[in-house]
Amino acid sequence: MEYAIIFLPLIGSLLGYFGKSLTKYFSEITTSLFVTISAIMSIIVFWNGFQNNIYGNYKIFEWISSGGFIANWSINIDPLSSVMLVVVTFVSALVHIYSIGYMSHDPHKPRFMSYLSLFTFSMLALVVSDNFLQLFFGWEGVGLCSYLLIGFWYKKESANNAAIKAFIVNRIGDFGLAIGIFLIFFFFGTINFEETFNIASQYSEKTLVFFGIEANLITLICLFLFIGAMGKSAQFLLHTWLPDAMEGPTPVSALIHAATMVTAGVFLVVRCSPIFEYSQVALNLVTIIGMITAIFAASVALVQNDIKKIVAYSTCSQLGYMFFAAGVGAYHVAMFHLFTHAFFKALLFLGAGSVIHAFKDEQDIRNMGGVRKKLPYTYTFMLIGTLALTGFPFLSGFYSKDAIIEFAYLKNSSLGNYAASIGIFTAFLTSIYSWRLFFKTFHGPYNNKKISIDETHESPLVMLLPLMLLSIGAIFSGYFFKNIFIGSSNNDFWQLSIFFLNEIKYEAIPLWFLLTTPILVLIAIPTSFYLYIINPKTLEDFKNTNIPLYNFLLNKWYIDELYEKVFVVTAKKIGSFFWKKGDIGIIDKFGPDGISKLVKIISNKTGRLQTGFIYDYAFVMLLGLSVLLTYLILK
Amino acid sequence: MNFPILSTLIFLPLISSLFIFLSKSKTNNFGVISISLFGSIATFFLSLFLWYSLDTSIPDFQFVEDQSWINNFIKFKLGIDGISILFIVLTTFITPICIVSCINSVRIRVKEFLIAILILETFMIGVFCSLDLVIFYLFFEAGLIPMFLIIGVWGGPRRVYSAFKFFLFTLLGSVLMLVAIIVIYWITGTTDITQIYEIKIPKEYQNLLWLAFLSSFAVKMPMWPVHTWLPDAHVEAPTAGSVILAAILLKMAGYGFLRFSIPMFPNASEFFTPLIYTLSIIAIIYTSLVALMQDDMKKLIAYSSVAHMGYVTLGIFTLTKQGIEGSIYQMISHGLISAALFLCVGVVYDRLHSRMISNYGGLVNYLPKYSFLFLVFALAALGLPGTSGFLGEFLVLTGTFQKSYLAAMLATFGVVLGAAYMLWLTKRVIFGSTNNSEIKKINDVNKSELIMLTVLAFFIIFFGFYPMPLMETFDISINSLIDNYQNDLNANQL
Repeated sequence: MEYAIIFLPLIGSLLGYFGKSLTKYFSEITTSLFVTISAIMSIIVFWNGFQNNIYGNYKIFEWISSGGFIANWSINIDPLSSVMLVVVTFVSALVHIYSIGYMSHDPHKPRFMSYLSLFTFSMLALVVSDNFLQLFFGWEGVGLCSYLLIGFWYKKESANNAAIKAFIVNRIGDFGLAIGIFLIFFFFGTINFEETFNIASQYSEKTLVFFGIEANLITLICLFLFIGAMGKSAQFLLHTWLPDAMEGPTPVSALIHAATMVTAGVFLVVRCSPIFEYSQVALNLVTIIGMITAIFAASVALVQNDIKKIVAYSTCSQLGYMFFAAGVGAYHVAMFHLFTHAFFKALLFLGAGSVIHAFKDEQDIRNMGGVRKKLPYTYTFMLIGTLALTGFPFLSGFYSKDAIIEFAYLKNSSLGNYAASIGIFTAFLTSIYSWRLFFKTFHGPYNNKKISIDETHESPLVMLLPLMLLSIGAIFSGYFFKNIFIGSSNNDFWQLSIFFLNEIKYEAIPLWFLLTTPILVLIAIPTSFYLYIINPKTLEDFKNTNIPLYNFLLNKWYIDELYEKVFVVTAKKIGSFFWKKGDIGIIDKFGPDGISKLVKIISNKTGRLQTGFIYDYAFVMLLGLSVLLTYLILK
Repeated sequence: MNFPILSTLIFLPLISSLFIFLSKSKTNNFGVISISLFGSIATFFLSLFLWYSLDTSIPDFQFVEDQSWINNFIKFKLGIDGISILFIVLTTFITPICIVSCINSVRIRVKEFLIAILILETFMIGVFCSLDLVIFYLFFEAGLIPMFLIIGVWGGPRRVYSAFKFFLFTLLGSVLMLVAIIVIYWITGTTDITQIYEIKIPKEYQNLLWLAFLSSFAVKMPMWPVHTWLPDAHVEAPTAGSVILAAILLKMAGYGFLRFSIPMFPNASEFFTPLIYTLSIIAIIYTSLVALMQDDMKKLIAYSSVAHMGYVTLGIFTLTKQGIEGSIYQMISHGLISAALFLCVGVVYDRLHSRMISNYGGLVNYLPKYSFLFLVFALAALGLPGTSGFLGEFLVLTGTFQKSYLAAMLATFGVVLGAAYMLWLTKRVIFGSTNNSEIKKINDVNKSELIMLTVLAFFIIFFGFYPMPLMETFDISINSLIDNYQNDLNANQL
């Protein structure tokens, strides 16, 4: 069964791609069916593990063996990977079904479905890996599928550029991951997870000189692995690709850029908890980067106008939450938030897709509004998603996000307290921008000039059904799984798959602290309704008096422009400098071309010596003779 | 084994070229192509048989043939081990593909072209089988002649300049190697390398001799800064020429390092390691950046070859198991990938007669099969896991990391650049849209092109997931190479 979970999506993908000409609906049915079967089996595997403690490692075959560098293709089922299996296959199956409706007018639908399945396979290969190399395979594999899917509408210049950007920025992250793997192999002599984690504790004091700086080995490994995680999970400084990735079709954003691929970084940190736990420095860095991303992305989301970009920045921000949860040592809470987030964020994206569909490919929320009666189902589902995201009491986001803030507080360090306060503030911002999106989309006057309100239409059932299932997840997943994921004793469920060196004990938390976040979140609803719908003028005035701040946020802190200037332009300049000046100007000029010119000059000169006149030759002979004689006489 | 199987292998292509030479059918290209195809496929199967019957559990040379050629001086000595067999199979595998590609791309003097290719194959197999320095030198340099002709006769508009540049560079290096071989004979009294391995060249001679060999190998490799002939040669060479050049001729230098430089001059190899690292890193970063800016598809791929060969030299001179195995793997894999990429360029060149990137765009709309295959090869070239390109690079970098953090970090950064130029190329050629109305008229790949490219794609992916057949072949040979190297170093230090 474990094999089937992993390989059904791959088979589906291949059949879907190469069998697209068989019958009209062949690809979409095959891929969706296979992934759905895979999802059902994942849930069974999860349940078996949870109830009956059935876990195991299945070796498929040896991939590579070079000295001690050994990696197998394997399926490793443990609590951590079984949770990921459920998240990945469940969301993937729903997105497949949704896409049947969403992409119904696209002539390249078989290709699209095939890519989605291929992505699912890569992601599964990533999460069930038992060694770093297979993880890397999945890691780059999902990057590839992300590239293919972002650039799916290949005629659009912007989509192509976004696809390349996503791949390259991810490669920079992969660079870090690769270096981390080299360090692990060099010092531990293995790239197998279990062996590495067993050895790690022995090296906790080891230091090495790295570019003249004496550094702790474990810290160094963690830092490089974390660079990889930052790239994949779009953390601050390597986040620039994620908003651009919204060029891809909306189902892609839901699956890859919300629920699964971007959480791979969090998964990596949690998976490597036995290493990270030995480096307080690295953990602090994870916390700090997580915090910065959370608040940065939320601040940018406040002013964006593209419905998908708002949700994308929101994803970025929520990933920040997960990282700082992991950073304070609450890995299980990070996983819990990853789990609930997958439901409500996929729901929001697919809901946004439904809105875009209704407006015939309009993405700007300034051109929407007033359609809550026209799109009653989408409206309801988006409402559920927004409530869950903002952490409205007793919906899934409430349990997981508040748990993150609580654990940061319980950490009882200054950084932990700082993280907790940032977390609370970001929760407030989250609430504001989410309700802004919601109100501007569905409430207020109808603002679209291109199509009349009567032309907007509710999505077909095939799109609404996945939304409904996700809504159920968004409402109940927090309540039902709270005890399993972050119950009283951490190791009941997670067993050895997450390692806690210093476990955070769950203690009583002051009531005022517990209530702060929910109250702020609740206050935000009427506030944003007032600001965005009832009296937009106040905000407009505020915006006009603070234009620089507004522009700073609107332009995403100008980070893209900075990168463009510093890296892209420079690389191109250096490239053409090396080519024109280096290769052509120096090497060729003084190399082959120079030599041939020299030969020509010399041969011309020597050629002139052969005048053909007897007296010239006689003169030279005479000259030679006299030199020879002089030499002999003087000797 | 008494039957001279290696000689048979070497001269089989030559014999089939003789048949073509004698065939009178001047107009019937189909006839000569089928003869040469038959000959080269027979050679391929013979090499597969060799691979199958080679005992990879021992590091010794096998199927050794030893005949005196010039009395007491040069012996015609052949033999193979786990390293060379793979290069032989690569050669015999690529040659039939080149011949198939002629069907579409060579229009004039098909007969002569095929003769040149088959003779070249003989020389190339000879290089990988030689166990005598002089024989090696002869095969190594003789390969220049058919290649020179292929570029000079069937090449593009600037073919004469390119052919001359190619010849000048390679000749310069090889003269020094010839001198070195004479010196070695003078020191050891033999040119048989198995004997030279035993005799061990004194430490004081090693550095100069090593440099002399380097001058030849560096040009062939090509290493920075003697790489500038390669882009020009590729640009002007016909498709089949480019394929052979990239897939096999470049590998002769890497093989040369493994077979000659390291075992014969262990101390010098150790001494010059920093030099090789520096040149390799420059090759990787510098040429990747240059590749980024190319507007000619073939030049871009040629520069990317230089960068990929940078990984090879880097890996070989780490002298770690992962480094060397990675290098060999990288060479084999690059042989397949670069061949495929050049064939891909050839496919569109045959149709539109342009290599300029700006003339293309949006091919996926009109040539879906071609675009799919092109994408696969581009991804393999940028080292995506699951293709053979990944494992070689990753092993090399793993090996390098054990010797130098700096070199490994820089080389790993080259992987990012590799993704940049390959994806940008793909974007500009395959995706997007085009203003070129001629593109809309051209046809997708035909049957022979589809077969060639699919076969290559299959092996690139197959060896990405299951590299063990190759790894097991050279495993023991590499172990013994490294052991001998370490023993020699220790012995000389005492």
